[in-house]
Amino acid sequence: MPLIKHGRLVEDRWHETDDFAEVQTLAPLGPVIVSLDVWRQHKDAILAFDGPIGLRLAPGQTPDLAAADLHRFEVIALEFATFTDGRAYSQARLLRQRHGYKGELRAVGEVLRDQLTFMLRCGFDSFSLATAQQAQALLEAVEEFAHWYQPALDGRATIPALRRGSGEKSSPVAAGCAATWAY
Amino acid sequence: MSIRTSRIPAENTAQAITANRLSDGSVIYLTAKDNWSERIEDCQSAPDPQAAKVLLHQAQRHAANGHVVGPYLFKIEHENGTPVALGRREIIRTRGPSVGTDLKRPI
Amino acid sequence: MYRYDEFDHAFVAERVAQFSGQVARRVSGELSEDEFKPLRLMNGLYLQLHAYMLRVAIPYGTLASHQLRKLAHIARTYDHGYGHFTTRQNIQYNWPKLEDVPKILAELAEVEMHAIQTSGNCIRNITADPLAGVAADEVDDPRTYAEIIRQWSTLHPEFSFLPRKFKIAVTGAPSDRAVTRGHDIGLRMHRNADGEPGFEVMVGGGQGRTPILAKTLRDFLPVDQMLSYLEAILRVYNQLGRRDNIYKARLKIMVESLGVEALAELVEAEWAQIPDGTLDLPIEERQRIAAYFAPPSYVDLPDESSALDGAIAADASFAAWVESNVHEHKQPGYAIATISTKPHGGIPGDASAEQMEAIADLAEQYGFGEIRISHKQNLILPDIQKTDLFALWQALGILGMSAANAGRISDIIACPGLDYCNLANARSIPIAQRISERFSDLAREREIGDISLNISGCINACAHHHVANIGVLGVDKKGTEYYQVTLGGVSNENAAIGSIIGPAFDEWQIADAIETIVDVYLQQREVGEKFIQTYQRIGPQPFKEKLYASD
Repeated sequence: MPLIKHGRLVEDRWHETDDFAEVQTLAPLGPVIVSLDVWRQHKDAILAFDGPIGLRLAPGQTPDLAAADLHRFEVIALEFATFTDGRAYSQARLLRQRHGYKGELRAVGEVLRDQLTFMLRCGFDSFSLATAQQAQALLEAVEEFAHWYQPALDGRATIPALRRGSGEKSSPVAAGCAATWAY
Repeated sequence: MSIRTSRIPAENTAQAITANRLSDGSVIYLTAKDNWSERIEDCQSAPDPQAAKVLLHQAQRHAANGHVVGPYLFKIEHENGTPVALGRREIIRTRGPSVGTDLKRPI
Repeated sequence: MYRYDEFDHAFVAERVAQFSGQVARRVSGELSEDEFKPLRLMNGLYLQLHAYMLRVAIPYGTLASHQLRKLAHIARTYDHGYGHFTTRQNIQYNWPKLEDVPKILAELAEVEMHAIQTSGNCIRNITADPLAGVAADEVDDPRTYAEIIRQWSTLHPEFSFLPRKFKIAVTGAPSDRAVTRGHDIGLRMHRNADGEPGFEVMVGGGQGRTPILAKTLRDFLPVDQMLSYLEAILRVYNQLGRRDNIYKARLKIMVESLGVEALAELVEAEWAQIPDGTLDLPIEERQRIAAYFAPPSYVDLPDESSALDGAIAADASFAAWVESNVHEHKQPGYAIATISTKPHGGIPGDASAEQMEAIADLAEQYGFGEIRISHKQNLILPDIQKTDLFALWQALGILGMSAANAGRISDIIACPGLDYCNLANARSIPIAQRISERFSDLAREREIGDISLNISGCINACAHHHVANIGVLGVDKKGTEYYQVTLGGVSNENAAIGSIIGPAFDEWQIADAIETIVDVYLQQREVGEKFIQTYQRIGPQPFKEKLYASD
């Protein structure tokens, strides 16, 4: 599927599956994203493949369930079953801010233009799209707002910080949650 | 305005299609010419469930093409050949709010 | 009053541009109705029975006169010449065109107003005590905190797609005029033993088909930690709130199923993990916002006004209005005046463009240009010199807005009901009109005294019927409207949910039933007892006996 990563349309080199038999076939071929269940049942076997591994968390699966292993994943995919299901926003912030996850954080499922800035601000940096045609519109959405009230993970100075005249930026990982509402 | 509607329409009552116009939200009715009118008098009547199904299909095509929102079937009857809505909700939709004191919209 | 700075202005302008783009994409067909609906709802735009409805936020119910004039202008230019004030201190327009909504929003932005988050599954407009800043019993002005929450919750990246809508109310006083226990989160300010201000945090209140009063999650939350604690509650709810069933999705259901203690453990655990300093509110920032709500320059006045006393003695109608519609002010010589939107037989909450403009004038002439909207759908002028009350009352009389019924039986809260609303099962406004006409005799209303009567047109309970002394709920039974009556609800600091008294009444019986209930009260009351006190003393039985005597 078309993928936007770090603001550009790129080729997606990852395979994704929730079937271990398929993992056995795919893993030697390239990077593979597995579901949490597959990971928990076959962790040792998957690690033995030696290739890059990604994890997919379903809505409602807290990152705590894989906390000890997060450093092993190059990609974590969070799912928007529908765009109105906002659980992945909390998962994303927790991954970035509480667990210090620094790899690619990918939004999959119903990823639409009007939610893109929320996703970016919660720490997503890649977006799996239904069609490549969506890419331009999605990227335009990023420019709709110059500043926001809340500290978040988009690295921009918050309105409270700008009011103080400091213009300090919220540092993407440590800052976001820890960084102060910037008052 | 009193709206007494205890009468329950029989299964095989005639039906028509209503929706709201996308641009201004106005209540509109699907006409025999396959376009839309703000007057219920202009509505296309479907005498039986089969005809109603066809009408609904037609209306959903309009909705998919934009311009109208949320088309659905509702029951009507004919008074002296003129279609009138059955059921309190649809009566209020055709006549406007029954609160009547300061509304600019004619009831 | 809070005033936008350059950042607020820019943000709202960007939001107007964004929404205008969304409307354009809908009109061009790029967005389907299914995709557009959640977007328009997040900006307060519904599609109702007859037309679109736009709900404009009036944060914590405080308006400046020039804002009210703009609301009047919008009513006249883009709507049918009137607006409807709601129980969440907002205003609704019943007839805007989709194509006009971007223009309306641009006009609102000119006067520092918007429709952001007046609907949708997000944090809604923050409500507060309508007497904030002027009530004598206040610990601190709740609007400082309501404004901070407003900013923090505006297009929040994590909490804009919650399981369900989320309502927060703030009060700075022990007397609860903001129905805090009817909200997902209610914040009540008080002081601890050291005299520091903090909040009692109540969670899981709500009306609807499962009316539940909020329970105390934390007795005392220091004010500077308000946002991090709210974030902890919202994060727990966003992750664990039910999304499979719309009727089970509110926080109240989570509180009921987990228990408030278990929820408190989850929230405290989450809160403990939010690093220190995160979202803390430094005193300078609180003071900066509080300065916007600093008291106006009151004149030193004696508390007694001989002009007022003379007018009361000379004019019984005025005396009756003062008795019901004038509230004590914290500043000597001043008073708080409630402008009723409920003339007998009128539409509760409706005001015409002309009335809004005239009230804006009166707010400037007799006050400091400020107007409040109460959850009872009335308007309030917060700073009137007692000496001016008579002239104000006369001016209101010309507007048809001098009904002496605040807190009385004809001060009915009514939702729009089936006359406007897509969700309603039955009409509410015509029932309110009929009942208030029954009680149009001033002497009789005064005799009945303090009472609340709220009418909802469906189980969503927008008119708060569950917490009314007399609640009326419209239902549909096989195509006919029926009205179910509950008794014993209370919306203040002693909040209580009313109980159904018996079988429902039809639209022709309901006004008689209300009269019967009132008659039972008048017969049974002891000296000085309000309706609710009599009900609590004698219980439902005497009411049942009279209401269903012939059964």
